[in-house]
Amino acid sequence: MKIFSKIYIALILLFLYAPIAVMVLFSFNSSGSVWVFENFSLDWYKELLFNTSMLNALKHTIIIAVLSAIISTVVGTAASVGILALRKKVTKSLVMSATNIPLMNADIVTGISLMLLFVFFGKLLGLHESLGFITVLVAHITFNLPYVILSVMPKLKQTDSSLSEAALDLGCTPLQAFFKAVLPSISSGIFSGFIMAFTLSLDDFVISYFTCGHYQTLPIVIYNMTKKTVTPDAYALSTIIFVVIFVLLILYNTVQNKSSVKEAAKI
Amino acid sequence: MLKNNIVELKNISVSFDSEKVLDNLSLEIQDKEFITLLGPSGCGKTTTLRIIAGFVEPDQGDVLFEGKKINGIPAYKRQVNTIFQRYALFPHLNVYENIAFGLRIKKLKENEISLKVKEMLELVNLTGLEKRRVDTLSGGQQQRVAIARAIANHPKVLLLDEPLAALDLKLRKDMQTELKKIQQKLGITFIFVTHDQEEALAISDKVVVMDSGKIQQVGTPQDIYNEPKNAFVADFIGESNILDGIMLDDYLAEFSGAKFKCLDKGFEKNESVDIVVRPEDVDIVEPEKGMLQGVVTSIKFLGVHYEIIVDIGGFKWMIQTTDGQNVGDKVGLFIEPDAIHVMKKSEYSGKYGDYSSYSEEIEHLSDIIEEDEN
Repeated sequence: MKIFSKIYIALILLFLYAPIAVMVLFSFNSSGSVWVFENFSLDWYKELLFNTSMLNALKHTIIIAVLSAIISTVVGTAASVGILALRKKVTKSLVMSATNIPLMNADIVTGISLMLLFVFFGKLLGLHESLGFITVLVAHITFNLPYVILSVMPKLKQTDSSLSEAALDLGCTPLQAFFKAVLPSISSGIFSGFIMAFTLSLDDFVISYFTCGHYQTLPIVIYNMTKKTVTPDAYALSTIIFVVIFVLLILYNTVQNKSSVKEAAKI
Repeated sequence: MLKNNIVELKNISVSFDSEKVLDNLSLEIQDKEFITLLGPSGCGKTTTLRIIAGFVEPDQGDVLFEGKKINGIPAYKRQVNTIFQRYALFPHLNVYENIAFGLRIKKLKENEISLKVKEMLELVNLTGLEKRRVDTLSGGQQQRVAIARAIANHPKVLLLDEPLAALDLKLRKDMQTELKKIQQKLGITFIFVTHDQEEALAISDKVVVMDSGKIQQVGTPQDIYNEPKNAFVADFIGESNILDGIMLDDYLAEFSGAKFKCLDKGFEKNESVDIVVRPEDVDIVEPEKGMLQGVVTSIKFLGVHYEIIVDIGGFKWMIQTTDGQNVGDKVGLFIEPDAIHVMKKSEYSGKYGDYSSYSEEIEHLSDIIEEDEN
């Protein structure tokens, strides 16, 4: 039985990671072929350095990911504090469902509706081009927010409410009390919310596609390439992105583990 | 007489979700006093404390601090500090930084802070633990850090919200003594909240007994034990046999079908009253020598004394005695005049009867429920 379960796990991992492994492998292939591996080379990585359109898109993606992650983390944390402070249970659960709906909503619906809204406002303001940097940024903040709230909220709930009272009692203004007493206890939740937002923003295609205008992000540029042929430098770039996300994920998990070990130690 | 009230509550009423928590409560607290708010859970004692701290605004009434109205002044501007029930130490800071927290907010110089923290650590016997994370400390040590953190700020009044509830019995007794010592040494007012009547009697200068949002009695521990004002206080503080009686005349009461000399006067002739007799004030004598006769129905040995239940005409008395008896024995009860305490009838009359349903188990259970609610 033990052997079977091991084989089973191996198979699952194989199916999950075979595509990525193949991609990583062929990013080091000296020829452009997708079925013959000739020699190991870093040519495609070098090529990538000179592919300005792709590098430009990468820059856009990173700017959007960093900015949207920062803004949604700040706004989401503030929102969590506000939602928890709501007195009436009915309003609390109403607001929570309202923030959760975008999580379940199909990306394509979110994308199209945001595009409509942006174009509408653009026309209203008489802008020549309504879609661009700002709209894609706002779109990313929008879909990141619920994830941040979802990861900050439980931490905030766990935090002893008398902590902020203790800080007030010792002379802190309410704002100081939040930064000095509450924030340190929920920092792991905020951090994981940030990482989550960053990675989600990094690989979003559907919503960006509808809202970015000329400010094209990487997934969109790669998608456009498929209309012609995908060159192996795209494998190289995807490999890099995979590694970055992999590292972030490990980081995320260690932070989560550390804080859960701390919780366990307290009990 | 010149009164030196540091905190005064005037006609305070508070409701949460249309449920009245405090009902027209007035209380004067004098400077340098160790005062305890005592009552069952839900009696409003913690709310009273939170009003003084500034965490709850009263719906009606005034809070005065050194004679000045402080309604509406936020907690961080009040010269009081609180020790919270679960200590509320900052988990991300070590012992030193926890104690220094309030001093840093006040922007004291680093060397002043270090001196002050050192002094506080000495006061609470924690010298040498400066660098420890607070979550590696025992419950008793955390409690000491909480005390040090609160008094480092030099409050004029220290509020303590059931601070010893989470400690085991032995440690609790030690901390009671220590708190009392600290209070006397620093000469600041302590307002202490507890549901443990023994604790309240042991450490307080003045005890405020509360129930359903109202003060039932204020007095020294001796006052409230010896001269309870109504059946609630008599029942809540210690053990009592509470009987229906009639005040025949000054110094003469009738209960359990017999007449007794007592020390109380000032009641109307034949006024019906509540009579309290403490279990330790009753002497067991031979049946023919007793003022009352009854049959022993149960015996419990508690080390220091026996607790026996005696049935007298259907009313079960609890009596504490050092002499062993047997179940079924006929005994006589002898009660000195000074053992009898007469109270006016109140809304609590009749609610607290005899010991017929008394069982250690039930009492234990209700203790647990009470702790859970807190």
